[in-house]
Amino acid sequence: MSADLLKTPLYAMHVELGAKLVPFAGYAMPVNYPAGIIAEHRQCREAAALFDVSHMGQLRLTGDDAARALETLVPVDVVDLGLHKQRYALFTSPSGGILDDLMITRREADLLLIVNAACKAADTQHLIGSIGARCTVIPMPDRALLALQGPKAVIALARLNPEVARLTFMTGGSFKLAGAECFVTRSGYTGEDGFEISVAAEQAAALARALLHEPEVKPAGLGARDTLRLEAGLCLYGHDIDTKTTPVEAALTWAMQKVRRPGGARAGGYPGAAVIEAQLASGSPVKRVGLVGLERVPVREGAPIVDAQGRKLGHVTSGTLGPTVNQPIAMAYLAANHAQLHHEVYAEVRGKRVPMRVSAMPFAPHRYHRG
Amino acid sequence: MTTMFTPDHEWINIEDHEAAVVGITPHAQDALGDIVFVELPEVGRTYKKGEVAGVVESVKAAADLYMPAEGEVVEVNEALRADPALANRDPMGEGWFFKVHVTHMEEFDQLMDPPAYDALLKTL
Repeated sequence: MSADLLKTPLYAMHVELGAKLVPFAGYAMPVNYPAGIIAEHRQCREAAALFDVSHMGQLRLTGDDAARALETLVPVDVVDLGLHKQRYALFTSPSGGILDDLMITRREADLLLIVNAACKAADTQHLIGSIGARCTVIPMPDRALLALQGPKAVIALARLNPEVARLTFMTGGSFKLAGAECFVTRSGYTGEDGFEISVAAEQAAALARALLHEPEVKPAGLGARDTLRLEAGLCLYGHDIDTKTTPVEAALTWAMQKVRRPGGARAGGYPGAAVIEAQLASGSPVKRVGLVGLERVPVREGAPIVDAQGRKLGHVTSGTLGPTVNQPIAMAYLAANHAQLHHEVYAEVRGKRVPMRVSAMPFAPHRYHRG
Repeated sequence: MTTMFTPDHEWINIEDHEAAVVGITPHAQDALGDIVFVELPEVGRTYKKGEVAGVVESVKAAADLYMPAEGEVVEVNEALRADPALANRDPMGEGWFFKVHVTHMEEFDQLMDPPAYDALLKTL
């Protein structure tokens, strides 16, 4: 492990718990604990798992014009986002690609943004450079982020503060947890009910220990986080989406509210709008789809997808053997005319053709608490 | 009975008058994590030393299994194919991969003996 890697406030706890640490986005992060990825994955599906996601970027935007300013960077309705409501968003590029995906929560005095670790420096520059004159961009490097995910997450967290149980999916609020003032949203990256908890760095370890003390909760690493999000059909930035994929190609148009689409009151006005609107109107040449393997062999990122004649149709961007669905699952970009559900295609794995079927996502049903 | 090791973390065990048994070491299974799929060599085919004779896949990654010494594969572990996690639970025993008739015993003798392999592990 390289000595110049950054450490999250929970680093000492990860070491103490016997985590296998790997470099990720410049941080030494736990890929798994001694239980292993599959056990940690199941823990999250069956009870509750605690993830350290403090490497992710947290930023605040303040100022009366912040929401309107942010709308110039995302094809998403921020202006109408209600107090304590959370929304998924995308920073787009002038060519219609995706610079990053993020979560936006409207709080009393600011908009809270959670961005990907690998993108946070570039996102911060992008925000300051593009809208820094219209609002104040405040990075929050002194905050840690914990994700408590799973069907029993609410039981465990409510023991620390019963009020959290009142939150519904994609809402947030301020709560005192184990003595710390936290901002909690009921959301996550696993497809399960659960919470993401922003807490001061110096209070993070005590809160994490308090959560791990609850009988429902065990630690889980980035390995399980990846298999969980893939089963949930959620994109991983830098793999399933990047600057070369548009929101239309990535099948993320659900993230673009009507008000920002052609004909809407605040249509366009974000980078790449012309490209994205043209694709909304007439479709994109490629599309992100889910694939399920018809054999046991895992199909991984980079595997070419071909038709029965061996003609290339696309490529896999994420893939593994899904521990809950117990079959190979993948995301891939396919030529749009081969992207229809149930279409059978082949992945090339070590020179062999493995049959796969275009499948609806999520692969494992979402179990969010919508109230 | 003699067990030898490769720098790629395979083991090969020869008992008198028996085909050699090949598997992956405890270190290899630990580094890979939960093993979910194996590809085993073709029975009856001869593989050269260093040739890819199988694949081990965990949730996270795929790794090649290299033939420790040239030989003809005479049996594969069908129980491992059905339950790849055997290679995690008992890598030196029930989690074996295949049996092979080694062509040149000197290739076997040149592999790492247990003290040499232990010394390698200490450098990792």
